[in-house]
Amino acid sequence: MTALLNNWYAKDAIVLVVVGIMGWIGSLLMRREVWRSAMRQVFRRRMVRISAFILALYTLIAILDSVGYHPPLRDADHALHRHPETGRVLYDQDGKSLLDLILTPLSAMHEKTYSAPLAATQFTMETLYDDEGNTTRGYPPLAHPRRHLLGTDRVGNDVLYLAIKGIRTGMIIGGFTTLLVIPFAILFGVTAGYFRGWVDDAIQYVYTVLSSIPSLLLIISFMIVFGRGLTQLCIIMGITSWTGLCRVLRGETLKLRELEYVQAAEAMGVSRPRIMFQHIVPNLMHIVLITAVLSFSGRVLAEAVLSYIGIGVGAATISWGSMINDARQELARDPIIWWKLVAAFVFMVGLVLPANLFGDALRDALDPRLRTE
Amino acid sequence: MFSYLVRRIAYAFPILLGVNILLFLLFFFAYTPEDMAETILGEKRVTQEQIDNWMREHNYHLPRFINLAESFPATLTRTIFWQKSMHLFALEFGHSDVDNTDIGAEIKRRIPYSLCVTLPVFMASLMINIMVAMVVAFYRATYIDHMALVICVLMMSISLLFYIIGGQYLFAIHLRLAPVSGFDAQFPHTIKFLILPIVISLIGSIGGGVRYYRTIFLEEINRDYVRTARAKGLGEGTVLFKHALRNALLPILTNVIVTIPFLIMGSLLLENFFGIPGLGNYTIDAISKQDFAVIRAMVFLGSLLYIGGLILVEISYTIADPRIRIQ
Repeated sequence: MTALLNNWYAKDAIVLVVVGIMGWIGSLLMRREVWRSAMRQVFRRRMVRISAFILALYTLIAILDSVGYHPPLRDADHALHRHPETGRVLYDQDGKSLLDLILTPLSAMHEKTYSAPLAATQFTMETLYDDEGNTTRGYPPLAHPRRHLLGTDRVGNDVLYLAIKGIRTGMIIGGFTTLLVIPFAILFGVTAGYFRGWVDDAIQYVYTVLSSIPSLLLIISFMIVFGRGLTQLCIIMGITSWTGLCRVLRGETLKLRELEYVQAAEAMGVSRPRIMFQHIVPNLMHIVLITAVLSFSGRVLAEAVLSYIGIGVGAATISWGSMINDARQELARDPIIWWKLVAAFVFMVGLVLPANLFGDALRDALDPRLRTE
Repeated sequence: MFSYLVRRIAYAFPILLGVNILLFLLFFFAYTPEDMAETILGEKRVTQEQIDNWMREHNYHLPRFINLAESFPATLTRTIFWQKSMHLFALEFGHSDVDNTDIGAEIKRRIPYSLCVTLPVFMASLMINIMVAMVVAFYRATYIDHMALVICVLMMSISLLFYIIGGQYLFAIHLRLAPVSGFDAQFPHTIKFLILPIVISLIGSIGGGVRYYRTIFLEEINRDYVRTARAKGLGEGTVLFKHALRNALLPILTNVIVTIPFLIMGSLLLENFFGIPGLGNYTIDAISKQDFAVIRAMVFLGSLLYIGGLILVEISYTIADPRIRIQ
């Protein structure tokens, strides 16, 4: 426990900060009756409540996986490992997240290589030795028989553990990127629409240039120049995704600024920044929220494609995309090894489907023009 | 019309220039030609001399923006920016960084292969999606509509990768209905190789497509002219399939025409999985070989096609909708 207190860390502390800020803004919005009634309408349907619950579960796991501590290094006989000169205790630099701590029973169950879900023996044959020294070909028993719910992969890691660890990568790419770009999209979109003139022209030029490059090709160029990695992927996905939202917000601002309540505020001498952020932005938040939730799933799906074509998060990060990538060779074997692909599939659909359902419900409740039923 | 077209194309130029400058900053400032030479020649055991030679061979030894060693027009033209970026405007894509082949010729050679897949998929998916969407819209607010929506959202939530991997396994490996991958340019044999990628692509597009077109139809159904048609005593089928369909074609047009130029770019995943030697496969090869010249060319081509698509949309709008006049 003291080790936990003295050596805690927040992997990507910025993730927690941004999540906190968004929670705060959300609570500000919920003070308005419009939003409260919209939310009541959203949660009236059971399917949406289930979706929201699953999304919350994924978020919780992602947050647990982003906070952790550096455990002290220990020798084989459990004695603390100390610096030879100063005598200070050394700590594991990679760190251990709270999720790792919870999942220790899973991650500790190592096998030698592939084993099918809930199998008692290994998937591949080996030469076995019995007590009398005779050799036979057969399937050796597993170290943890019938304990791997989704089997093990080539190096004997539990596939369920890998799939759960992939949640953080998916959530960061899908959700965190959105949260990062929203402020920029709001700032530029509202400024362009409110000030018009050369400001509008300049901002329009920038986002037209960016959006005229097919986003997959821009992501490829960026990733090939800056190398693979989660940070790079988040940055470039942010760059390619703010333009759409920015264009919509600009259009809406152009409409809103002509309305009586904005003109009244102008006549009363309210300052321009105040008009923009107190009178216009709150009336755009429904568009922001709908776009954020609906674009979330697109990015989770895109990560898998990018990892497959070799420019995703890289080999060091566990992600569903790299699991699918591994599965490609496993499917070519006979008999096939299907459980890694199925695990990635189930966990991805488990995130994307509720996100889509929740996004649709939000859109129906918040944007009556787009209501479909 | 003609002067409008000229003006519209003139507007496109600054955008393409912006794309060019952005690419230039990305490929020549964030990642210098020296880095590029090292990557391609192999990171280790490479001498400065080899790097210099490679850069001279590929014209990367020039200054980036301004060449002070030359007299006036050459001060601007004998630079990397002019040679590598401005030449793209003339559709001169230059030569590959890795094997020195002519990129323009290679693109031209591969376009038909890409079209073999994308064109049938485009037409078939448009027809299937619109027809299914109309049927769903016909049964709006019923159990059928509700179930169709749920299935659509479910199908949208599945990555194309799974459709491809699953489809390839089921139809090619397990049932042996089609070859696993490969391509044959001889006509009757081509179909055998194309049928599976086309079918998988159709399945992958149906969820999103049906849902999108359904929304468009539902918007049309609430218009006044539909109410008038119903008031005249026309059946729901006639109203939907004749009156609403015609008017819904306009928003469908915008959505569809933008994508037409992109058809020649092919599909990265499908071409890679099924071994079709089109432009998508070319891009994937370029990524794995770190061929920057090819990637630059593909990005520029992509933006050119997108802007071309936007211009096409505007032209088709003025033809399809007499209310829109060109000033």
